[in-house]
Amino acid sequence: MLLQRFLVRLSTMLVTLFGVAVVVFVVIRVAPGDPIAMMLPPGASDDDIARLRALYGLDKGIVQQFFIWLGGVLHGDFGTSISLRQDVLGLVFNRLPATLELATVALLMAVAIGATAAILGARERGTAVEAGIDIASGATLSIPDFLWGLVLILLFGVLIPVFDISGRVSPQLDLPFVTQFYLVESLLRLRFDLTWDLLKHMLMPAVALALPLAAIIAQLLKQSLKEVLDLDYVVLARVKGFSETQVILREALKNAALPTLTLVGVQFTFLIGGTVIVERLFSYEGLGNMAIDAVINRDLPLIQGIVLVFALLFVLINLTVDMMYALLNPRLRHG
Amino acid sequence: MDKARTSSRRTSPRLWLAGGWLLLALLAAILAPLVAPQDPLAQDLMLERLPPFWLDGAEPGYWLGTDSLGRDLLSRLIFGGRIAFIVAFAAAASACLIGSALGLIAGYFGGWADRIISRVVDIWLAFPPVLFAILLVAVLGTGLSSVIIAIAVIDWTRFCRVIRAEAMSQARMDYVESARIAGYGRMGIMLREVLPNVLPSVVALLSLEMGIAVIVEAILSFVNLSISTDDPTWGGMIAEGRLSIHQAWWVLVFPLTTLILTVLCFSQFGEGLKARFDPVLR
Repeated sequence: MLLQRFLVRLSTMLVTLFGVAVVVFVVIRVAPGDPIAMMLPPGASDDDIARLRALYGLDKGIVQQFFIWLGGVLHGDFGTSISLRQDVLGLVFNRLPATLELATVALLMAVAIGATAAILGARERGTAVEAGIDIASGATLSIPDFLWGLVLILLFGVLIPVFDISGRVSPQLDLPFVTQFYLVESLLRLRFDLTWDLLKHMLMPAVALALPLAAIIAQLLKQSLKEVLDLDYVVLARVKGFSETQVILREALKNAALPTLTLVGVQFTFLIGGTVIVERLFSYEGLGNMAIDAVINRDLPLIQGIVLVFALLFVLINLTVDMMYALLNPRLRHG
Repeated sequence: MDKARTSSRRTSPRLWLAGGWLLLALLAAILAPLVAPQDPLAQDLMLERLPPFWLDGAEPGYWLGTDSLGRDLLSRLIFGGRIAFIVAFAAAASACLIGSALGLIAGYFGGWADRIISRVVDIWLAFPPVLFAILLVAVLGTGLSSVIIAIAVIDWTRFCRVIRAEAMSQARMDYVESARIAGYGRMGIMLREVLPNVLPSVVALLSLEMGIAVIVEAILSFVNLSISTDDPTWGGMIAEGRLSIHQAWWVLVFPLTTLILTVLCFSQFGEGLKARFDPVLR
């Protein structure tokens, strides 16, 4: 049952990825404006242009180009970046860890803030505290990460300059890292001074990404908690003499968490999508920031590679969430 | 029932407040040449980075101060509202039209139509939306129509998913079956019976989408890919403000506040309308 579900999801996932590849390819190739013309100085001869077109495979038909590219992708060859003249996959893998660390920190913050607000709201249900949480989460939700980022830059970068608002790490620091997972590596190497510096840079963009998601978690989890809190077994726990907080944490939470979990999965992909502009805003050297440069430079192979990696990340997250849901939901597990 | 009634009573002030701000901003944008105190494009290096009126060094007539080229911020905000509202209405309406049509078809007819449309939606959701928007505008070339097309091409899925789900549940209702027995064609049932029932959700989404369109325009301006650099836009002003944030905070604060307020009002207005018109909630 589970295996069957997994295989079905896996096949739709491959179809989706193929679709993404086709759409990106079509959008980019239909574009007016020649990437080759932009690479060359004005006054380059037609011969030079033709040679360069052949080098990047742009002299062939669009369908043929697509399958040559796809064939390469399946072998792990995403082509060569036109603007940076380096292997696309290498460039992407160099930047991806920074984005993953930022997104993960943001996700953890969103869950922590959202769950705290939900538990507080459920405990104080029907009071001004709950109404306050409702209004705050409603407003927080309406303001997207881009605007939160700007607000945070104003508040904590300029008015009260306590956090860094630009870059991933202080440039004067000597980094001993061998991977691009700086945060993880700084922890493993017990270099907490570096961890602190990384976190100081990461905090503002992470909060900007986390706030809208935290608001969604607060709303949904509070709703589920309130529903569960009326059930018999919870009432029994209350009769046994547990305090309301204990009842929520020990009895209600594990049964109320499932719908939130599914939602968090979908929303996590939105959060990762948000890193594109938030990284730009904070000059954070991640994949999204590189993607915007790639578009501005009309670097076709790099754009294709980055979009495909983002899409792969999205479908993998959805697949994981779907499988976790199936594993955790007793009805689906045995059904 | 009791809960529904209190929530709809609570929505009234927010509907009025949000609608009031939007109306004010819209009127200011339409009447921009009449109400703007200065020429929004006039540069004067003698007047650069003037502070807003309550601070020392402010000049009369420049209520919210000036930017680093000496252009009046209030006038630029008012003129920038024009592009914001044009993008909001045009992009949201286009996205709504495409999405609702496809959603109705997928939800009502099911089968192959549904499978294909749903697969396309899946593909669309696997794109990071901001990157997709930037890519489309880069491809289409900067300009007002490119921005509108890009937003519509990306955000139709929002409408499609909601309308599809609604149409699916409505299609199974008794009244649709009765209409079918009464001899109405599929298209007729869809337009006469299903569409009016999904309308409250569409209206709420439409208002939400207008807010999103304003933000996307701002993001595109921020990465220098929106309209032209001459016309004042809120996003362009924010980008400019981000650069001079350490010298003159007001250059960022005013466009940012305007944008946040507008986006907040669009979403609250939509929620308020939905609560008012949704037959179940009412």
